[in-house]
Amino acid sequence: MADSGVTDGAEKKEDITRVKNEGKELSKEEKQRLRKEKKSQKKNKEKKDEQDALASEREKNCAPSTLSQPAAHKEPAASPPVQAAVSEPPAPAAGAPPADKPAKSKAELKAERRARQEAERASKPGKKGDPGPQSTAGKPKAPPSELQPVVKRLPEHVQVDNPEVLKKLAKKLERQQTPGRGAALKIPLRSDYGYKVSLFSHLHQYSRKAPLTQQLSIPSTVIHPVIVRLGLQYSQGIVAGSNARSVALLHAFKQVIRDYVTPPNEELSRDMVNKLKPYISFLNQCRPLSASMGNAIKYIKKEISNIPSQCKEEEAKTKLQDCIDRYIREKIVLAASAISKYAIEKISDGDVILVYGCSSLVNHILCEASEKHRKFRVIVVDSRPRLEGREALRRLVKHGISCTYVLISALSYVLPEVSKVFLGAHALLANGYVMSRVGTSQIALVAKAFNVPVLVCCETYKFCERVQTDSFVSNELDDPDDLMVTRKGKTQLEGWQQVSQLGLLNLVYDVTPPDFVDLVITDLGMIPCTSVPVVLRVKNVDQ
Amino acid sequence: FDNKLFHPSTQMGKDPDMASAVAAIRTLLEFLKRDQGETLFGLRESLTSATDCLTGVDSSVAVSSAGELFLRFISLTSLEHQDLSQCKKVMEERGELFLQKISMSRAKVAKLCHTFIKDGAKILTHSYSRVVLRVLEKAAAEKKRFSVYVTESQPDAAGEQMAAALRKLDVPVTVVLDAAVGAVVEKVDLVIVGAEGVVESGGIINKIGTYQMAVCSKAHNKLFYVVAESFKFVRLYPLNQQDVPDKFKYKADTLRSSQSLSEEHPVIDYTPPSLITLLFTDLGVLTPSAVSDELIKLYL
Repeated sequence: MADSGVTDGAEKKEDITRVKNEGKELSKEEKQRLRKEKKSQKKNKEKKDEQDALASEREKNCAPSTLSQPAAHKEPAASPPVQAAVSEPPAPAAGAPPADKPAKSKAELKAERRARQEAERASKPGKKGDPGPQSTAGKPKAPPSELQPVVKRLPEHVQVDNPEVLKKLAKKLERQQTPGRGAALKIPLRSDYGYKVSLFSHLHQYSRKAPLTQQLSIPSTVIHPVIVRLGLQYSQGIVAGSNARSVALLHAFKQVIRDYVTPPNEELSRDMVNKLKPYISFLNQCRPLSASMGNAIKYIKKEISNIPSQCKEEEAKTKLQDCIDRYIREKIVLAASAISKYAIEKISDGDVILVYGCSSLVNHILCEASEKHRKFRVIVVDSRPRLEGREALRRLVKHGISCTYVLISALSYVLPEVSKVFLGAHALLANGYVMSRVGTSQIALVAKAFNVPVLVCCETYKFCERVQTDSFVSNELDDPDDLMVTRKGKTQLEGWQQVSQLGLLNLVYDVTPPDFVDLVITDLGMIPCTSVPVVLRVKNVDQ
Repeated sequence: FDNKLFHPSTQMGKDPDMASAVAAIRTLLEFLKRDQGETLFGLRESLTSATDCLTGVDSSVAVSSAGELFLRFISLTSLEHQDLSQCKKVMEERGELFLQKISMSRAKVAKLCHTFIKDGAKILTHSYSRVVLRVLEKAAAEKKRFSVYVTESQPDAAGEQMAAALRKLDVPVTVVLDAAVGAVVEKVDLVIVGAEGVVESGGIINKIGTYQMAVCSKAHNKLFYVVAESFKFVRLYPLNQQDVPDKFKYKADTLRSSQSLSEEHPVIDYTPPSLITLLFTDLGVLTPSAVSDELIKLYL
């Protein structure tokens, strides 16, 4: 894969074989060490001694430091099963500085490494002492040697408070440039902004006033301009809503494919996927990818890699563009009409329907229903700071539907007169939980208390294999400055950064349990919330 | 065609123990055998009109689901064979096979369910259900000792019929008023009811009075079991009582004759899946959430 830097250091084969052998020895040593730990309940002294030996060995290896070394280090480092927090953090930490500042002398580097290892060792007794609270703080590497060999890694975007992970990400973004170009054209790493509430310190929090595009040099030959524009639209909130984002992404990729030229001695199917990777990282930095976008990208990558090698370039490009068009048509447009068909059966005359925020699908359903002359009225519930309900209100009123507009604080006041609640979804998780705009689970909860049926409308391409039971583990933090509001010329929260104990939290998503949802309407029909894994299974069989 | 011949009661007259859905399918099969049509399309048309005729006579959920299953099964067969006479022969064979399978379904359900009735159990049931009766027969045959409370189940006092049948099995039975369900539930160990239809959410449609029995048993944390054959699974998804279509709530004659339905009493109600513990079907013992899984397999 192009990700690994091993291809760069291909010339220094002897170095690599030596390092690999060292790596194997390391892993054996580590395994022995782990056994000892389990028996003797982690004798810190032994570990310290062995770590010194290992560190000195690694320092010897790092002496001929090239770019290939840290990468090669990572390959054997990744393969030994439990590398966790025990000894590997020193390795990438040791590996990273030589790559960034080759000007520093070896002695200085050694000193740095020593200092870092001391710090690790100092923090380790603390870590070992209470693995419980550590693991809940979101660090999966904390319970080290007890883990089984196959440790499922958490994605980096939920480990923002782990400095090693951030360093790895920086390195990955650096490596995702076309080989041979200068280091100035790498994808920049976006830095967090402002104080983060401690419960969510494992997530990114960016400021809208500092978009990623400001850090890009012009001209940027790595990233296609259409992708740069898309990234800016995402980060500024110009394109918002999961359907809109997916469609914009697919159109941008179509343009990229149109402008793509296969370099000589490269195969289209493999090279195009490699070209797309930096774009996806860039978009991820602008705004974290949604589940629907993730599924769309998976689909495109599969289609690209399925292109037969003897296919001519023009033919392949038109084929891919057709695939993308078909995906948009089938999964989004036709799905919307199928869902409206089912949903309209559930709307009877005299209904009072409650909607929250602005879901393109729910708006579409209500507009279709009013065209089919159903008599109903709508209550639009809205919430700060996004106030998306105003857009929904505008669209519905334009279709002649009588609407009422309330803020979410008035929910329990309006619910007694509501007959049904229609909600949109950002994604449907494999355990039946619904991930949607923050506030949705509150609406579902209060509706359940009033015995009002809750219907969720969601296309099948938003179903994802992830499992989540709470809104903390994986979420998105929006710009905290959005919460500031100016009334009568005064902005109360203006100086919030100066107040040390004050944190502003602007969550974007939340997760609703399936007990609160009565019905999910998808393009496959009406299913209960618990049947999402069945649909995922059927979909996988189809593909 | 002769309407009297295709009245399901002629089929039921031959065997009063038959489920109304089975009778409907048998009628449709007879109709298929006697059809003189020349084209597949014509055959399908006449079958659809026959099904409508049947539901016009007996508008229960089970009949409509059986009709839908039969139609679906017919259209599947017609895709395989182009020649009409060959197609009809295959359809008839498969129809007979289907009938045989579903006539065994009650026995399968009884075999699954009777083990859940422990010795000395006190059972509460609602109205007259042939499937529940079969289950209790099997349990009695296994030498289990149990006693039964049956609701009277007005307006047709079907509960008395159930009580009479149980007395023949030497099972101690008490008939209680429909209004007494809340008071009786604390004395019983489990509640077993039949179903006229099982809906996509995993809930059931059954004789009026089932819903309050389910609510009371949930309040007392008693087990609530439903026994139903698989041909009763239907592609409805009611959200609440109001969402059940009117053609099921009222008898066919009522729908035809009455001026305003708001003065009529519904004959069925909908029990949501949250109140049901387990469903016993010939496909196995299912939780309410597994019903959707089975329906997807049956219909997709």
